[in-house]
Amino acid sequence: MSNEASTPAPLVNVQIDGAWHQFPKGTRIIEACSQVGKFIPRYCYHARLTSPGNCRMCMVQLGMPKMGPDRKPELGPDGKPVHNWVPRTNISCAQDVSEGLSVRTDSDVVKEARKAVLEFLLINHPLDCPICDQAGECRLQEFSVDYGQANGRFLEEKVKKPKHVEIGPRITYDAERCILCTRCIRFMREVAKDDVIGIVNRGGQNYIACHPDRALDSNYSLNTVDLCPVGALTSTDFRFKMRTWFLKETKSICTSCATGCNTVIGSRENLVYRQTPRENGDVNQAWMCDYGRLAFRDLASPERLLTPIVRGGDQPDWNTAFASIANAFKLVAPGQTAVIASGKQTNEELFLAAQLIKALGVTLHDIVPHTSEGDDILLSADRNPNTAGAKLLGVSAATPGANLPAIADGVRSGEIRALIVLGEDAAQIGLSPFALKNLEVLLVLSTLPNATTAAATHVLPSAGFAEKRGSLINKTGRLQRLNAAVQAPGIARDDWEILSALLGTLTETAPGFATLEDVFQAMAAATPAFAGLNLGKIGDLGVQLPTASF
Amino acid sequence: MPAPARRIPHPREKRMVFANIDREGYTPDIECYLRNGGYAELKKAVTLQPADIVAEVKASGLRGRGGAGFPCGVKWGFIRPGETKPIYLICNADESEPGTFKDRYIIHQDPHQLIEGMIIAAFALNVHLAYLYIRGEFPHGAKQLETAIAEAKAKGFLGKNILGTGFDLEIYVHRGAGAYICGEETGLIESLEGKRAYPRIKPPYFPAVLGLYQCPTIVNNVETLCHVKHIVRMGGAEYAKLGSPNNTGTRIVGVSGDVVKPGYFEIEVGSITLGELVNDLCGGVKPGRTIKAIIPGGSSAKVLRGDERFKIKAKAADGTLVEKEIGVLDIPMDFDTMAACGSMAGSGGVIVMDDTRDMVETLNNLNHFYAHESCGQCTPCREGSLWMRKITDRLLAGGGAVSDPELLASVSNNIAGKTICAFGEACSWPTMSFVAKFPEEFAARAKKQVPAFTPPEFLSETLIGESI
Repeated sequence: MSNEASTPAPLVNVQIDGAWHQFPKGTRIIEACSQVGKFIPRYCYHARLTSPGNCRMCMVQLGMPKMGPDRKPELGPDGKPVHNWVPRTNISCAQDVSEGLSVRTDSDVVKEARKAVLEFLLINHPLDCPICDQAGECRLQEFSVDYGQANGRFLEEKVKKPKHVEIGPRITYDAERCILCTRCIRFMREVAKDDVIGIVNRGGQNYIACHPDRALDSNYSLNTVDLCPVGALTSTDFRFKMRTWFLKETKSICTSCATGCNTVIGSRENLVYRQTPRENGDVNQAWMCDYGRLAFRDLASPERLLTPIVRGGDQPDWNTAFASIANAFKLVAPGQTAVIASGKQTNEELFLAAQLIKALGVTLHDIVPHTSEGDDILLSADRNPNTAGAKLLGVSAATPGANLPAIADGVRSGEIRALIVLGEDAAQIGLSPFALKNLEVLLVLSTLPNATTAAATHVLPSAGFAEKRGSLINKTGRLQRLNAAVQAPGIARDDWEILSALLGTLTETAPGFATLEDVFQAMAAATPAFAGLNLGKIGDLGVQLPTASF
Repeated sequence: MPAPARRIPHPREKRMVFANIDREGYTPDIECYLRNGGYAELKKAVTLQPADIVAEVKASGLRGRGGAGFPCGVKWGFIRPGETKPIYLICNADESEPGTFKDRYIIHQDPHQLIEGMIIAAFALNVHLAYLYIRGEFPHGAKQLETAIAEAKAKGFLGKNILGTGFDLEIYVHRGAGAYICGEETGLIESLEGKRAYPRIKPPYFPAVLGLYQCPTIVNNVETLCHVKHIVRMGGAEYAKLGSPNNTGTRIVGVSGDVVKPGYFEIEVGSITLGELVNDLCGGVKPGRTIKAIIPGGSSAKVLRGDERFKIKAKAADGTLVEKEIGVLDIPMDFDTMAACGSMAGSGGVIVMDDTRDMVETLNNLNHFYAHESCGQCTPCREGSLWMRKITDRLLAGGGAVSDPELLASVSNNIAGKTICAFGEACSWPTMSFVAKFPEEFAARAKKQVPAFTPPEFLSETLIGESI
């Protein structure tokens, strides 16, 4: 929080369901109640959006301190203010706590009000939960169980509204399920800065629609699906693919750019079905971009490399591949090897790559910069998630990519006899398959085939971002953890294991690393920026590294 | 627009705001207005201190004539002295409450009275930009106001340096697009800002603090602003002598429905009873008919039964409060007694229904209006107003279930007091009061048995299809 340095907000005394608490001035009533374990149900309220107060679900009963004739609060026998209770219920999402305020979150009036609102929300709702993608994570379902009533009193025809509307290229809208909470509208207006959707018609016929000749096609559009508390906005990609309750949830981070949005990967039976943003106020608030969110599809590509490949050989197992690599490198003199690493690699992988660079006496090494248009919301122009780590660990040139022309020249001239490519495609630095034929050894780690793997002497199948663990450093210098949601296909291995084995194969003094934690420990011992850290200490939300490290 | 039939004021009326309405030979142009002493109060007002005018309005006890009856001076007092943001004045001319027809006569026949009232109010509140928000259904009125504003500007009553005082004011007419909710002051402000007229939550968006463009804003009804002119003329204390304490001044009531001579009347607040209004001023109900029900303050006010009796506290001659029992026709036409009798004086629209009226049908008519006009922003009103309409539709179509009256009462209870704006009360009070006060008529139409849990064969068409 930016105001932490300034004076903290003064505390006010608030009574919640009979117990007195203190909250900083400016705390919303709904948040104050949640903080002391009194969860208030809500649909339209979202802590990171403005409060329109339209769903009327977060009703509580408020009591104001009773003022005596001297305009001072009257005190009861316990020395605390006596309250005048407001007979009607009030919403708790739009009002801040104030001195002496009293809140009832579970009085009969409150219960009746919530029950009434839920009934209103459900009378025209299609109740098509069995075929609704939101089922299992639907607030209508959840709050019906917690606060609703069992029997229906509605004898009329339900309102008919548009269904399965393609409101954007990635989003399907069902107006009958919509409770018109306007979270999506406010998100697009306030966060995505693309005020493209709004409400049309009036009263009971209201529904969400796009402005004429526009589509909900922002790169942040899928956040509206996460925000939608019901099944009105669904991801066209995820729709009908998997029941949410079957998904295994793995906390991880997005590796599509240098921002490092925190994510939850939803997977089942070794298949990733979706990625959703995970709240982190220091990185991505509660959002992520569609580009990063949908970047998991390559994981399940039928093209995936499943086994090591040695040119001219059968598809061998790992031991045979490493033996062949050891033999091949015997023909290469020290100083004749170059390394093209990647800003997509984890710190641990980069640390091992740096060890390899040192052991082989490599002087030409770098990462391949990937840049594209960014924005001022989340998406970074630097599409490498760990440029900072590659620089910190000395694998990248001081300016990433600066050494690449020299490497390309060396390969073309024949000065470089061996090239190790870690998760990149040499074609991207201008090396044609013909030029690559010059090489004695072309060792490639990759998840998918490309021009470089086609020309390689040795291809080692590695793991995709959702199949491996490790740490990365985002553009602000925040160290965050990547976690494995699924297993790599075939006999592909986590990159750190491959690199650790390579180090053992190509050098005689290499330490053996049994676990990723061992690698991190060794890296932390050698890198001042990581001093005192381990993977556990990074935690789910990451840690900010000292800025002096960069 | 064809000239409406001229009416001669009833002797019991006290014409002040309506003094020139339907007056023989009176025209809406500025020359006629000036000939009749127009803009004299503005000339007086600019010689006063703005704070003194606010004090006069406070002393007058003027209560808003739009429906809520909020004290005008108190509202004006919400503007902080030394306010640094621009202050806006908005005249609410979105007169849309069914049964209410008073502001339109001022706009059509005496627009300068309104303009003068606005200029005085703006001067008192240090406003330099005022808006006149007029409902879309008054195209002629909007033109009339534009003309009046241009005339006032040409004469130096509006624009820069008004009457040489250095005070500047512009008034802009803004036409609504035809929605009842635009009459709700925060909905009106949203509409004026170019958005959907979704009323704002209060707190925090009290117009006097965070109104138009998040600046302090005073929204007053047409009639209220006209009264300001007369308060300046008479002085607050003198004005307060009209009517009774807390119910001061005159007000315009519009009577419609089953009376011989429906129309508008300007009366001293509380000076006549509901019965005198209906029977004397309006000529009573048609021969052979009796009064079945009266809605006393616009369609959202709770209905009163013709034979209903109330126990109210009234002030005796010696000043003590004594309880007395009165009938509907004995209720004085003021704010407080009407509220004590469980309804409201509201916007002054009195709707009289005689014994030929079917109360279910009447309620259904109102429910259609409110279901159509609900803005749909917040849940209880959006869903509930439509639900109540569907229930009364079904009752009329012959599909009434025994549980329906109770259901109607419950649904209306679940709306009132739980919504963002007062539309929740407006749409639920008719249902609440009709069902409570005419149970026999609802019971007569609600005869079918519906099991507690409703299987699909009990959808409404099935119910309606069966013979009773």
